[in-house]
Amino acid sequence: MPAIEVEPQFETLLSGYEKDRSNLIPILQDVQEHEGYLSEDAIVEVADHLELSPNDVFGVASFYTLFKFVPPGRCNIKVCQGTACHVRGSGLIMEELSKKLGIRSGETTEDREFSLESVACYGSCALAPVVIVDEKVHSRMTSKSACELVEESE
Amino acid sequence: MNRIKSVEELNRLRDEIRASRDPNKRCITVCGDTGCRAAGSLDLADKLRAEMKQQGVEGEIEMKVCGCHGFCQQAPVVAVEPEGIFYRHVGHKNPERDAKAVIDGTRDNETVERLLYRDPKTKKRIKHYRDIPYYAMQTKRVLDNTGKIDPNKIEEYIAADGYAALAKVLSLDPGDVVDEIKKADLRGRGGGGFPTGIKWGFCREADDQTMRYIICNADEGDPGAFMDRSIIEGDPHSVLEGMIIGAYAISHRVCPAQGYIYIRAEYPLAVQKLRKAIEQAEELGLLGDNILGSDFNFHIKIKQGAGAFVCGEETALIASIEGKRGMPRSRPPFPAVSGLFGKPTNINNVETWATVPRIMKRGADWFTEVGTEKSKGTKIFSLVGKISNSGLIEVPMGMPLRTIVEEIGGGVPDGRTFKAVQTGGPSGGCIPAELLDLPVDYEHLKEAGSMMGSGGMVVMDDYSCMVDVARYFLSFTESESCGKCVPCRMGTQHLLNMLTDICHGHGTPSDIERLRNISDAVAKGSLCGLGQTAPNPVITTLRYFEDEYRAHVEDRDCPAGVCRDLVMYEIEPENCTGCGVCQLNCPTLAIAGEKKEPHIIDSALCIRCGACRDSCKFEAVFTHVHENTPDDQSIVSRT
Repeated sequence: MPAIEVEPQFETLLSGYEKDRSNLIPILQDVQEHEGYLSEDAIVEVADHLELSPNDVFGVASFYTLFKFVPPGRCNIKVCQGTACHVRGSGLIMEELSKKLGIRSGETTEDREFSLESVACYGSCALAPVVIVDEKVHSRMTSKSACELVEESE
Repeated sequence: MNRIKSVEELNRLRDEIRASRDPNKRCITVCGDTGCRAAGSLDLADKLRAEMKQQGVEGEIEMKVCGCHGFCQQAPVVAVEPEGIFYRHVGHKNPERDAKAVIDGTRDNETVERLLYRDPKTKKRIKHYRDIPYYAMQTKRVLDNTGKIDPNKIEEYIAADGYAALAKVLSLDPGDVVDEIKKADLRGRGGGGFPTGIKWGFCREADDQTMRYIICNADEGDPGAFMDRSIIEGDPHSVLEGMIIGAYAISHRVCPAQGYIYIRAEYPLAVQKLRKAIEQAEELGLLGDNILGSDFNFHIKIKQGAGAFVCGEETALIASIEGKRGMPRSRPPFPAVSGLFGKPTNINNVETWATVPRIMKRGADWFTEVGTEKSKGTKIFSLVGKISNSGLIEVPMGMPLRTIVEEIGGGVPDGRTFKAVQTGGPSGGCIPAELLDLPVDYEHLKEAGSMMGSGGMVVMDDYSCMVDVARYFLSFTESESCGKCVPCRMGTQHLLNMLTDICHGHGTPSDIERLRNISDAVAKGSLCGLGQTAPNPVITTLRYFEDEYRAHVEDRDCPAGVCRDLVMYEIEPENCTGCGVCQLNCPTLAIAGEKKEPHIIDSALCIRCGACRDSCKFEAVFTHVHENTPDDQSIVSRT
């Protein structure tokens, strides 16, 4: 069977890692940091580098919520769903943002402007509920103020 | 700085650092923890720096960005040392003006009254943080450096007696170090409460003599908990020092050791602080080969997690470091015998590691001075939820829950009443108001059906629905279950479906017994800690709040007004003053009414979010049972 031909776009990145399985998650994190997500090509190439099957690599990647398989939007919105945020109404914030953007958690809008995610706990519980827009934490949100945040980011 | 080659050189360096400082020089410490950052503390620090430069007082006043001051509710928080003046909400509205006021005040030895904390009970301003009840009731033994030293500078840690414990340990026999930790009766701060010394002893005595792995579990996945993050962000070297001491005790004169810190990727700032700390410690010869000129070598690598709660479980964490799916395996063999890459491995959590140098420096007797018979020392909690003073606290083991909630936490805000406190994260349970006098230690929490966990405490008031809380935790564990064993995979799914049905008004009275049965099966049959403890939120809420479940399944009512399919919001005209606050806060414009006239909620537009009820100062908004009971079309669980 002929070897699968892939573009050597990650060659420099991969060359920094030894062919050791324990490097798999750090490599995937590195690829995602550069590409924004894990494409099918990337998974095949990483598998190739570590001499693992692409299935094996995808199996590991899909286990962890950090890894994304669709390109992210220009603006990334995370809604914390930690306990403190939950009792202070984060579920509703997620619902309203989801309605406003027309996407569910984990999805990106068609025009690739926004992606919406939920995070388990951001550790800023004293400021609950928090919404994180492009890594900036916004504290004591309501569904109204969260929607206004989105409007500002448009 | 040059590499330190002996204990004497370390002591000399410490003396030099201390001598170069003026103890009376005033120092402004700005909290740079994630919480205060979110409230704009870094911008404030820039403004303070600019103001100092403009006034030319950089020689007289020092300013540093530190770790968590603990009182996150008052973010951004600033302290002026050595007096210990506490300013809160600094730069909340106008960073420039507040920065100028703080610098002016510090320069002229005056206090900025308007930035002082005001006691909500006495309405008096309090100048020093040691006089604020929130701080006065705490015993800061592990958090003693956090918020005081600059975490980016190893010299500050060294000046605060940092690495002195390591210097002492290197002259001891490794077995004696294990014995000292055993004598201190230190128990794992990550949840289980297993005695640390005994764990170390097992690992040291393992047969394999080729390698020991020493791991710090910083995968703080419990929602509502941020103790470990704050320790790392505020005092990273204490974690490293603890690990080096542990490695010495477990591996020295047996075999080489390698350290790993497994940390959540969601904590970028903590990762950054750790990287820097490791770099500095290596540069000074406190970490790496020939530590402090001895024949002891130890290296630490950082491994970032990728978002899987189950990786907090030891064997799952090991699988994740090995580059596999983070699934637990059955024990024995325990990691102490066969762990990472099949070698003896010792895993402790961040707080445990940070406690180790403190014990070794001051002795086991100092450590056991506080605490209860079986739970020694102090414990750090993140006190959050419906509480007036939320933040990070450290208290002696055995402190009554009431003291924590009412005196340190200042009780429940907005005139609401306390209903329960949830401890231990998704593995823990809810402790009701009638058990408020419970001493907080491993045994008593377990007896009450909850657990210590890593130290999250989420307070709930009468506007929190306990069925909804149970459903929330189950939705968390259900999605985080790795799927390996059936009881956990299927059991959590069934529990979640039933709870969802109950919240939507589709529950039946027989559900209560069924919830109990499934909970029991999941707890008994699951492979790892995640599954074994996953039903705890259901079991404890059923034990203490069965009446709320009954209201849901028998009367189709949610007394707390949270389950939206069951309730309707209405305004009591008698109480409504027509102030219009609810109208402003309503996201769907469902409230109508003239100024100073009673307002009305249009139930067709109302999404029952509760924003009006939360914002009303006159208790005019209330909920009652929904007129139309939900139809039976959308049942999820009976499929």
